[in-house]
Amino acid sequence: MITFDDVVKVYPGGSTAVDHLSLELPTGRTTVFVGPSGCGKTTSLRMINRMISPTSGRILIDGKDVAGQDEAVLRRGIGYVIQHAGLFPHRTVLDNVATVPMLLGKTRREARAAALELLDRVGLAAEFAGRYPAQLSGGQQQRVGVARALAADPPVMLMDEPFSAVDPVVREGLHREFLRLQKDLGKTIAMVTHDIDEAIKLGDVVAIFRQGGVLAQVGTPQELLTQPADEFVAEFVGRDRGLRSLSFESAAGLPVRPVAEAPEVLLDDAGRPQDAATFTQEDSLRLVTDLTITSPTGIAVRVGPDGKADGIVSHHDIADHIARIKGQK
Amino acid sequence: MNLSYLLDPSHWDFSDGSIPTLIVSHLWYVLLSLVIGTAIALPIGLWIGHTGRGSFLAINAGNAGRSLPTLGLLMLMVTLLGLGLTPVLIALTVLVIPPVLTSAYAGIRNLDHRVVDAAKGVGMRPWQVLTKVELPMALPVLMSGFRSAALQVVATATVAAAVGLNGLGRLLIDGLAVNDYSRVLAGAIVVAVLAVLLDLVLAQVQRWIVSPGLSKR
Repeated sequence: MITFDDVVKVYPGGSTAVDHLSLELPTGRTTVFVGPSGCGKTTSLRMINRMISPTSGRILIDGKDVAGQDEAVLRRGIGYVIQHAGLFPHRTVLDNVATVPMLLGKTRREARAAALELLDRVGLAAEFAGRYPAQLSGGQQQRVGVARALAADPPVMLMDEPFSAVDPVVREGLHREFLRLQKDLGKTIAMVTHDIDEAIKLGDVVAIFRQGGVLAQVGTPQELLTQPADEFVAEFVGRDRGLRSLSFESAAGLPVRPVAEAPEVLLDDAGRPQDAATFTQEDSLRLVTDLTITSPTGIAVRVGPDGKADGIVSHHDIADHIARIKGQK
Repeated sequence: MNLSYLLDPSHWDFSDGSIPTLIVSHLWYVLLSLVIGTAIALPIGLWIGHTGRGSFLAINAGNAGRSLPTLGLLMLMVTLLGLGLTPVLIALTVLVIPPVLTSAYAGIRNLDHRVVDAAKGVGMRPWQVLTKVELPMALPVLMSGFRSAALQVVATATVAAAVGLNGLGRLLIDGLAVNDYSRVLAGAIVVAVLAVLLDLVLAQVQRWIVSPGLSKR
């Protein structure tokens, strides 16, 4: 667990970057700091590994004050990923990833063997090992950056806008990889982004900062979308937050009607729908809503694990269902 | 053009004052002043680049150093210290310091600060940041400064002969003294060829020591 205990950062010249921040980042979870530029999110992140020192207050990792620890030793125990990856251009991909294990005293051979495994872990083929960063695409560089941060298997990772320098398609892929990796590894992650969609997608906990380094609200993405603390948060998470909050509602509770009620849904001999918008019980209400909107018939078809149609829903069914959920809350 | 002195085989044996022995003594002065000058300028340039402190010194050293007349400085040193190798080395070292210092400073100052930030962030100590990241990344700029210093010293080391030492300046000064222009020409040609060869050697050294990752852009 990472704890901010009444942390203040005032820069020389008097501007307040972080204003009395108290916050807990749960172990094994991803906490995302998000907010407009100048809100102190990056400053807060960089105070965790002492790249910046606070003016007052304490930051603790598992109860240990970071201020009392040797800077270099502290940082070697914390994975660090930055925008544009910040790779060492004069070192090969493999040696970039081997950096921290070697700083920790591993032999070159051991460090490189571990690095090779990590490249695989972040989805880079072994053929990239001998290349230099300049020969890689932005997305590949960012993967190497993540592999470098993971190399010494640190329990804590800091990620400063790790996915903002790549195009949306590549970012989408990196997001999926990130969620997959984090599911396996369960690191305590602090991440900074200015993109609220990214925060909601990747964060278990989201901390929204406002100008002047004040924490506006902390909560799960769902809490922020459904119960914004004030105007600023509501505005920041966006006007379509109602629709987005449906991402966190499962389609499992959605009642369906018999497939026979919709003759326009064509089934093949095995009972699988043809050319229809389909979903399963594991999908979110947001996806189902989207399907009914985009489908020409206004109908989405639920399929079972065997791919056979087992029910249909229309806009109206979803609207009724949402009304019921709200009534329960 | 009268190449008779240059092409005369008797000037290419290893007797005293022959061209090969003059080349050796010339290169000896060049080597010594490059080593001493780099030993002084490199740490200062790296330190200024790494800390960002005293950058006015790095910038002004370049301009001031370049405007000092070497022959004048040499005569001053001889007046103060008497004849010998020391005044020559001081005069030549003063030529080496500005380009090496300025390029070391500029090489480090102009690095991508994000890479340096990453180096600190992964837990390198300041000394490791300097030796493992800043210095290797600054090498291309640093080497160009060193090569320009080397060229300048090869050409200027001829002044050694003006205060009674050897080196290829002997051919120039003795040739002028006895109106033997063929000898003067021989000296000029050998100095020029030596400069080109030395630069080729240093270019190869640069290829060896600079990471391919820095040139494959």
